[in-house]
This record gives sequence, C-alpha cells and structure tokens, in this order.
Amino acid sequence: MAILKKLKAVKIKQNHLLGIQDLSLSDVSLILEEAKSFISLNKSSSKKIDLLRGKTQINLFFEPSTRTQSSFELAGKRLGADVMTMNIVNSAIKKGETLIDTAMTLNAMHPDIIVVRHQDSGAPNLLSQKVNCSVINAGDGRREHPTQALLDALTIINRKGKIEGLKIAICGDILHSRVARSNIYLMNMLGAEVNVVAPKTLLPHSIEKLGVKAFTDMKKGLDNCDIVMMLRLQNERMHGSFVPSPREYYEYFGLTPDKLEMAKKGALIMHPGPMNRGVEIDTNLADDINRSLIKEQVEFGVAVRMSCLKIFCKKN
Amino acid sequence: MKEKYLLNARIIDPKNQIDELGGLIIESNGSIKAVGKKVTKDNIPSNSDKIDLKNKILLPGLVDMRVFVGEPGYEYKENFRTLSNAALSGGVTSIVSMPNTSPVIDNVSMVDFLKRRGRDKSKINIFPAASLTKNTEGKEMTEFGLLKKKGIIGFTDGIKTVQDPQLMARIMNFASQSNSLIMQHAEDNILSNGGSINEGEISTRLGLKGIPSLAEKIIVERDLSFLEEYFCRYHISQISSEKALSVIRRNKDEGIIFSAGVSINNLSLNENDIGDFKTFLKLSPPLRTEKDRVSLVKGINDGSIDVIVSDHKPEDEESKRLTFSQAATGATGVETLLPLALELYHNKLIKLEKLISLMTSNPSKILGIDKGTLEVGKDADLCVLDINKPWVVKQNELRSKSKNTPIENRMLQGQVIKTFVKGEIVFERN
Repeated sequence: MAILKKLKAVKIKQNHLLGIQDLSLSDVSLILEEAKSFISLNKSSSKKIDLLRGKTQINLFFEPSTRTQSSFELAGKRLGADVMTMNIVNSAIKKGETLIDTAMTLNAMHPDIIVVRHQDSGAPNLLSQKVNCSVINAGDGRREHPTQALLDALTIINRKGKIEGLKIAICGDILHSRVARSNIYLMNMLGAEVNVVAPKTLLPHSIEKLGVKAFTDMKKGLDNCDIVMMLRLQNERMHGSFVPSPREYYEYFGLTPDKLEMAKKGALIMHPGPMNRGVEIDTNLADDINRSLIKEQVEFGVAVRMSCLKIFCKKN
Repeated sequence: MKEKYLLNARIIDPKNQIDELGGLIIESNGSIKAVGKKVTKDNIPSNSDKIDLKNKILLPGLVDMRVFVGEPGYEYKENFRTLSNAALSGGVTSIVSMPNTSPVIDNVSMVDFLKRRGRDKSKINIFPAASLTKNTEGKEMTEFGLLKKKGIIGFTDGIKTVQDPQLMARIMNFASQSNSLIMQHAEDNILSNGGSINEGEISTRLGLKGIPSLAEKIIVERDLSFLEEYFCRYHISQISSEKALSVIRRNKDEGIIFSAGVSINNLSLNENDIGDFKTFLKLSPPLRTEKDRVSLVKGINDGSIDVIVSDHKPEDEESKRLTFSQAATGATGVETLLPLALELYHNKLIKLEKLISLMTSNPSKILGIDKGTLEVGKDADLCVLDINKPWVVKQNELRSKSKNTPIENRMLQGQVIKTFVKGEIVFERN
C-alpha cells in the first residue's frame, strides 16, 4: 500500500472511465482507496447506502456478460442509484440502429452514468463524445476492461499489501484479451514487473512495446512470479484456428501444479472468469483456497465498481 | 474563344524537363500554341487577352488516377458537379473514376451514362475505369475489349482485389489481347479480414484487428509473378508498405515492366495520426508506420513508385460516425492532393519537378492519354500555383460534397490560384 499512501488522493480529471491508459497514478489510488471502504460495507448486514440516490445508471450491454453486468448492477443498487440494464445483443442495433442513435435515445432519458460493454474497440470513446453523462467502460473489443484491472489490483493489494516490486505473469489468449491489456497498463503503472505468456499465435504484434516481457515457454514465463493471472481461451479459438486442440494447449499453456512450481513459493492464482477447467487451468488449482484468488476477485469487483460509480457519477 | 496570353510565369513541364520563366499562349481552339521563355510581353500583340501570372508557377493540370465519384448510386456522397468543383480547386483537370458505383461500371451500357453525366455536369476530363470482374465479385472477367472500345481507360475492382489466382492469371492473359490496362488494389482478403488498421503496436494498443503488410506484399508478388508469364499493361494502384515496395523495386531492377502508385495519404500520414479512433483516418490500404512512410518517399525518389494519387473517397457522415471497425474506409483528397504533396517539396524530400511528374506526365503515360504536359498542340489544361501561400485545411471550406478529409486543421503551404481546362478558366481563387 506504500505507493498508494504516498499519494494524496485528489479529484479525478476525466469525465469518463474509458481505459486505464487515461488514468494517472493518483486517479488509480483514489479509486482503490474508495473501493476499500466499500469492501466492509459489502460484508455488513445492511449493504445499501444512499450516496447515489436519485441518480440514474444505465447498463448498456451489447455483448453478453454475466459477471460484469451483475457486478455493476449490484454496485449501483447498493449505492442507491436507479439502475436499468439494457441488453442490446438482440435489440435495436441489429435492426440497423447505430450506436450513436441508441446513445442519443438513452441520453434523452437524462441518465447520470452509462456503463457500456461493446464488441468494438473504441465504442465507449465514441459514446462518450455523444452523451451528456459519464461513461464507464465495462469492456470494449480487445482494447480495455478497466474495472477488471482495478479489481485485480485491489485483490492483489489486499493479499500482498502492495503491487510495487511484484512479478506478475499474465497467461493465455493475450491477443484477444482486453483484460490483459488493462492489466498490463495498470500493473506497470503500479510498479510491477509483467510477463505475458502465450503461444505465438495468441500474442499481439509488438506487445513488448507495452512494457512487458513476452514468453512462449510457460515455465520460463512463470519463473519467480508472485502472481499468475490466467485468461480464458474461447472455445472457437481452440480447435485449429489459433491452437491445434484443447489438449495441446493444456499441455503447454494450461496452469498445472508442475508449471506453477516455477513461480515463487506461495504464488497466487487469478482468473477473470469464466474458467475452462482442464483447458487453461487445473481444476484443483482453481479451487485451492490457499492459492486461488478467484472468489475474492468477484467480491472486490463489486467494491471497485461502487467506487468507480461514486467517483465518476459525481462528475456531472 | 479569343487567344489568351499567360505571362510572367515559372513554367514547369516535367515531361520535357522544362523549368523556366516565360509564358504560354492558348489558341482559340483551347490548345497550347506556344510555351516557354520566348513568350514575353514584348513579342505578343498589344491588344490581346493578357494574364500576368506574377511569377507564379504554371504547370500542367494534374491527372489523378484514383478517384471515387459516387455517381451512379452514391450521389449523396459525391456527384460529378461537386467532384468537378473540388478537383479544379486543387488543380486536378483529369481523373480516372473508379467503378465501385451502384450499379458497378462493368458493362458497356454504363459507359455512355458515365460519359454523358461527366460531360454535362463537370468541367474536368473524366476517364472512366471499369471493373475487372462482373459486379467486382472476383468471379468472372468483364468485356475488356468492348469496354475499352467504348472509352474505358483501364480496369480495376477499385476497393477490391481479385483473390482467385487462376482468374487473375487468366485476366492478365486475356487483357493483353486488347492491350487493356489492369490496375490492382493489392490486398489479400483472408489476411486482412476484419482488420481496420496497420498491424503493429498501435493496433495492439487500440485493440483493433490489424492488417499486416504481408496482405499487400503477397498480392504484389503474386501478380508480378504472373506478369512474367502473361505480360500485359499492369499497374498497382497504391501501395502502403516497405515490404511491398521492396518487391516492386526488385522486379523493376530485373527489368519487368509495370507501374505502381501511392496515395498521398500514405506519403503524408502514419498510423499514429489515427489517435483516439479517428475514423477519417481509416483508409485502405491502411496508414502504416513512419518507417513505411519514409520508405515510400524513398521509393518515389528511386523511381520504384511512378504515380501519386489522391485516392479520393468521399464518405457521408453516417458512414464514418460509427465505431472504428464498422466505419467506412477512405478519405477525400482530390482538392488537397497538390498542396499536401508540396509538403514533401517544402521539406526538401522530393524535388519539385519530380513531384509534379508523378501527378502529371507519369499517370498520362501509364494511361496513354494526351494530358499532363505543356507541349504545343495539346489541350491547355493548366494549373497556376502559388507555391508558398500558407493556408489551413478546414473541412467546411472544402468543395467536395463529403467532409471526410484526413488532414483537418493541417497547415499547408501552396495553393492553386487558377485552373484551366481546354483553355478556359474554370477555377479562380482570389
């Protein structure tokens, strides 16, 4: 926590939370400090407060989501906001209505904050230019998923006390992963050393330019790591188009006890979910309460999102 | 029309390696009667129509080999009248129109329509291209011979590439019979599928699927391999990468005869200009790295690249106001082609005469048309240029119907002050 304590939390400059790339260290520390106060609230018997009473939060999901959507919904409700969730996967946008049209329609309802997930990178940026309220990015294409990275940071800090000086390996489908990108930016900013591990076909072009070391040998990539973050490999990418088969992938890139041996003793395991047990992670490891932070990630996710809603909702 | 006497100009005619102070006489039929240093105020009739160009540059009207018109089918993006106004304000007097209209220019009945509309609504010379394949579907070749006879200048699928190698080989083989010009947009669709930006650090940061340079290089290599077997008039519309350039250079060194173009956008911008998802800079081929851009400038100087085009592709607001991956590709550019190209001269990267040749005499030679020169007897298609005049690009001041300029607010140096087509003044700037 040292790095966070050094900085006195000041107000955030941005009107929107579009990506970790737009945040400064003090912005991050403000969000994480706020989030900490909500962790205990979420554990108490009366979880609801009226911080955002009278505010309207619209969750605009163009892509199916279980965790992130319910997490944002709960976060808004616990803060007392009126929360409306719109799943547009099969709605107007398919009938030819553009993102902008949808945004203008919603804008006319005077929301205070819009949480958006979209399959196209940059969609929240476009949205933010067209509406009068704050926009929080809940995942856009392959670009960013800032609240996921922030909750990951909070989870690590809760266990390890700090992020500075830690060695973190992010493993799996880096190419298609917004979680990986946001985490690379955030963990670097907070002073960690970041390795990415993936088969060459799932490593994005010039990934080293983002300030990481890239490995295609998992044992080398995990060497001496404090944290192992696993990513989901989507089903359609497992069967020949990017990797030959789930079992070949598991053999070389699945997190197994023998590969985890290479990491530091007591290294912790994270996963943004949903997991493919037996494809990217050994099922016993995923459930090992001494090593797996997966449940805490979900728990702290609500706290982080409450913090983001509070901070950004106040902007307008 | 009376004869016109243009005096006190710096005359640049790259085809004849002329760069001298002098004048130009336009005959009453609109052709050039005399040109050069001998044309001065002392040896012309005193009662004649004199235009003092005050030491401004007089050069041949520009020939732009890659322009999307919008007629028929996309009149809301651009029509012949707006295109003509835009082109003339940039000194462009001849264009090759791309066949990607609706319907596609792929049969002889469309050619008359185009020529008629072009003649009635515009003042520029329109040289229509037809598609290589029917409906640009890449499956069946069009009637090269008949279309050419009707006045089609060359064949291209425009924004598309013939993917099927067997068909492409046959096209090149067959087209040589009618001596038709093939113009290929080089892009392997499978490699570029879903991509909207150069593959590299920026695509990784923005989370956009990239288009690798290899998608371009592979088609260039493929077609040039065919060219060895099936010689025809072959032109690569516009390249964007150092990789493709090196293939072109190698083949030219080996003596293979073909030509290649580059869009002014790829010479003046790079992928960093896309910034925060600016869809006006979503282009095809994509803007690439600064290293690629610099190599393309070098490619011009060493003769690997023959032509600079505007790749003028007007898109309405609705087509661009979308997420980056969904937005239409392309940018307007016909009216800023010359001023933007002049940056390369002002920055001492390309000599003026060389630069102008890539937009006048070289395209004319490739197309086989009597344009792009100030030779006596040729049509007086002229452009008068104030090479040092500073100005700022403002989309609302541009004449194209669509406003998707990739260089909004760019400070440029050099502006066209007069344009002539067949001896008539068709554009004048105060």
